[in-house]
Amino acid sequence: MASKPLTLYEKIWASHVVERREDGTCLIYIDRHLVHEVTSPQAFEGLRANGRRVRRPDLTLAVPDHNLPTTARVDAAGNRLPIADHESAQQLAALERNVAEFGIDYFGATAPEQGIVHVVGPEQGFTLPGTTLVCGDSHTSAHGALGALAFGIGTSEVEHVLATQTLLLSQSKTMEIRVDGTLGYGVSAKDVILAIIGKTGAAGGTGYVVEYTGDVIRGLSVEGRLTVSNMSIEGGARSGLIAPDETTYAYLKGRPMAPKGEQWDKALAWWRSLPSDPGAVYDRVVTLQGSDIAPSLTWGTSPEDVVPITGVVPDPESFTDASKRVAAQKSLDYMGLTPGTRMQDIPVENIFIGSCTNSRIEDLRAAAAVVNGRKVADGVRQALIVPGSGLVKRQAEAEGLDRIFTAAGFEWREPGCSMCLAMNPDKVPPGERCASTSNRNFVGRQGPGARTHLVSPAMAAAAAVTGRLTDVRDLMGAQAGG
Amino acid sequence: MDPVRKVEGRAYPWGAKNIDTDIIIPAHWLKTISREGLGKGAFETVRAQPGNIFDDPDYAGSPILIAGDNFGCGSSREHAAWALKDMGITAVIAPSYSDIFSGNAFKNGIVAVVLPQEAIDRLVEVAKTDAITIDLETMTVTTPFQDRFTFDMDPFRRDCLMQGLDEVGLTLARDTAISKYESMVADVRPWLKRERGDAGVVVEGSGRT
Ligand code: SF4
Repeated sequence: MASKPLTLYEKIWASHVVERREDGTCLIYIDRHLVHEVTSPQAFEGLRANGRRVRRPDLTLAVPDHNLPTTARVDAAGNRLPIADHESAQQLAALERNVAEFGIDYFGATAPEQGIVHVVGPEQGFTLPGTTLVCGDSHTSAHGALGALAFGIGTSEVEHVLATQTLLLSQSKTMEIRVDGTLGYGVSAKDVILAIIGKTGAAGGTGYVVEYTGDVIRGLSVEGRLTVSNMSIEGGARSGLIAPDETTYAYLKGRPMAPKGEQWDKALAWWRSLPSDPGAVYDRVVTLQGSDIAPSLTWGTSPEDVVPITGVVPDPESFTDASKRVAAQKSLDYMGLTPGTRMQDIPVENIFIGSCTNSRIEDLRAAAAVVNGRKVADGVRQALIVPGSGLVKRQAEAEGLDRIFTAAGFEWREPGCSMCLAMNPDKVPPGERCASTSNRNFVGRQGPGARTHLVSPAMAAAAAVTGRLTDVRDLMGAQAGG
Repeated sequence: MDPVRKVEGRAYPWGAKNIDTDIIIPAHWLKTISREGLGKGAFETVRAQPGNIFDDPDYAGSPILIAGDNFGCGSSREHAAWALKDMGITAVIAPSYSDIFSGNAFKNGIVAVVLPQEAIDRLVEVAKTDAITIDLETMTVTTPFQDRFTFDMDPFRRDCLMQGLDEVGLTLARDTAISKYESMVADVRPWLKRERGDAGVVVEGSGRT
């Protein structure tokens, strides 16, 4: 008897059910748990208050990222520098205490492997295909790029996973987002996900687990796939899966925490059975053509406010939906923009290349290729490059990328969340504009009154050297300075 | 958690719609490392306005908050539930809640009662002068004036609230099933078990920071 064709999501779900309850909710086993300093202190406090232990420390990995300043962490003598912000210091100290007390593997602030939790997981091979992976952070969706069912959870759930290694969940609906064809010159993974969210809307994926398919997705590197899956949550979906394939396996092989030897072969055999079966049915299917996607960016305060760089600031009156018209007007007031302005005529004072969306080695290479031989424009007051992890930083330095950036006038920082959110010293000043490779352009996200335009690393680099939002294709291939 | 069968007392007669988590607890309070003490930051921006209900001595310390549609929308921060609890609120009555907020409220032993707008309007009036009662046993909200509104609640959640069961404790009681699953996985997907202290991992906790 032929069994029903299943999607990747349905296969991962089925292999993780510990118990199914009468009402259909399931106790789901969690294979991998990433912990950072912001959403974990109260969870550990809860364990302590009830005299509970961490069930599987071996399946848990902790790393600080959100609060850490990205300036030097040790002085010339190698002594650790104090953190000025009292509350940040307190959260970081709490994490250190908790990992020691509960026996959890930890990359501390000055460990070479430290970085943004969603960069560290894949880079270490902690994230594996077919696993369930959680973290107290909504951008956990990123790990779906390797074929892991990965999603963000709240602090009570962090406590639940620490104590039981499970979560009570109901199965989601499935959505296939297929990007066919090939991408045009100068178009990157970031442009793909911005175009997707521009099409489906910021709430389009609510209640769904998304699977990204199609030739464009298959053609992306794991780094590019991580960018796409990372922003699933900005489209409303808690998880965004990409089926594992040879690209995934080549990326994982030899990573410190990936299986080795005979274990690798066993794992590989299982991973190969995971991709969605031919004929598997999704509850909703959305398709895009790669050739229709231009270098894109946001104009407003929702990630769905996307236009191609060749476009103009939209007129709120052009929206048919009345509530959208109101929202658009509010966005434009906050962003200080006038309808009809060409996106390429908008000046920017801040550049941020970093965040769990775009801080991996390929992102830095793409930015460096644009920056090489050029200078940060006069009107740009702050231009930060923040590698996603210490290992990315070292790799970039080995390739000489840091020198390209610093020669151009960029600041080369220590790894962390940095200017993605206004929780550490890196902020965009009120009323100033930022071309940012992060994932959220919400009101105040990069600091009170900060105006964010989400872009790819190459586009952020282009904006840095021209001082305004720029079509990176105009700079690519052209002689530096030409 | 303490069992909750009944919540009785004065209520903040607010009724405001679309109260987001930023209003409940502003973002700068999120750097705390404890669940306690957030009451001080609850409704900070509302309290900055003179004559606000939260600082009205008539309502101070009320265990119930009456709100409008879509209470707790916005971010997923659980601090919103902790802040309410810390300021002494153990029940909210509103026509609707954001999904995440109602989940967080439940996990922290806060009763989130759903009643239609007409009932809310009436309760806001009553609460200005008198106490109201929420009874989980009978699933009713009553007033000293013979008002009686019945509400629905997920039976599992109601049970947990009434018995003071916390979710972690409930799941820990399924330990046999979890252990059985773990030994199955050790057989069929042995690579998932992670060797501690793989190359490059700092195992000594705070030792190498
Ligand atoms: S880089 Fe930004 S989005 Fe990513 S984990 Fe840090 S704060 Fe969250």
